[in-house]
Amino acid sequence: MGLGTSDDAAVYRVSGDKAAILTMDFFPPVVDDPYTFGSIAAANALSDVYAMGGRPVAAMNIVCFPTCLSVDVMRDILRGGADKVMEAGAVLAGGHSIEDDEPKYGLSVMGLVHPDRILTNAAARPGDVLILTKPLGTGILNTAIKADMVDDAGYTKAVETMAYLNADACEAALETGVAGCTDITGFGFLGHACEMADGSGVTLEIWPAQLPVIEESIELAKMGIIPAGAYNNQAFVEGRVRFEEGIKQEVIDIMFDPQTSGGLLISVTEDRADALMKLLKDKCKTPFGMIGRVKKRGKFSIEVKDNTPRYT
Amino acid sequence: MTLKNVDARGRACPEPVLLTKRAIDQSPERVQVFVDNTTAMENVKRFAVNLGYKVEITKDGQDFVLKISR
Repeated sequence: MGLGTSDDAAVYRVSGDKAAILTMDFFPPVVDDPYTFGSIAAANALSDVYAMGGRPVAAMNIVCFPTCLSVDVMRDILRGGADKVMEAGAVLAGGHSIEDDEPKYGLSVMGLVHPDRILTNAAARPGDVLILTKPLGTGILNTAIKADMVDDAGYTKAVETMAYLNADACEAALETGVAGCTDITGFGFLGHACEMADGSGVTLEIWPAQLPVIEESIELAKMGIIPAGAYNNQAFVEGRVRFEEGIKQEVIDIMFDPQTSGGLLISVTEDRADALMKLLKDKCKTPFGMIGRVKKRGKFSIEVKDNTPRYT
Repeated sequence: MTLKNVDARGRACPEPVLLTKRAIDQSPERVQVFVDNTTAMENVKRFAVNLGYKVEITKDGQDFVLKISR
């Protein structure tokens, strides 16, 4: 894949029917529990392979760890990661660790895909329908979790969402036969949607009321518990997104919220959209939704429509 | 009428919001908050506006001053 369309990973064609997907990602702890952090970081790193329609086959650990922390903590982080890699059906083949003041963990991942069946963020076509496979709000919740402002229910929802592999959503997309896909991570929903719109040469129309959102993040957004990344994301797409009048500020903030291990944004032809929704209903364990449609390229990359009665 | 000052400069999110909340609990009429980055400014603004306050923002060098009142 060229760098031109900001795709999710590097692809190297090995033979006529086989291409390798190469990607890596690592970051500092988002939650206190080491095992949980390990599984979230691994799910996040594996996600880029799924976003391109691939199957993870091998992974290597990337570890930064301070000498002042107990080795048990590192062991638990690695165990969380290893279990997630196993769940993905890939092999963990070692890794590398260095000493650092703050712990960080992630994976370098290799996946395989048929070169003709690569999903890209440059394949959204006018007339397609957009489907998002995980709820938004994890960045806001992570910020609040650090300040101990989230109850058990909110914490559990956030953690389960982040640690959930995009494998089921990818499988549903491949089974339906789609071409356009990306995953939602640090640039937030609208950041990644912009990349898809510009990469595909189309305009995406977004329906905020249909967006799956972790409910607890709405009240926190209203309180101003919003990570700096959300404001950076907003500045980054300045001028490319048009919001209709009347869209609530907290809804806008959630659409810019940087996601950790977010869901897939899938562009599917209208005649296959219902089939994909049905497959997701069977397979996908997180809330998902049909959240917009693809139009011919207009002035803006994204048009966010006001149809927001669901969130008050 | 008491004016409560909050110096949230050098504090990382979400601390400026939490400090503002504490000040508003003590002095619900008027609070003045000093922050030194855009994220803190936007977050404190959202917090106060959502509670029904008027927020007046001025830039003072690298800092922002938020005058929060009924």
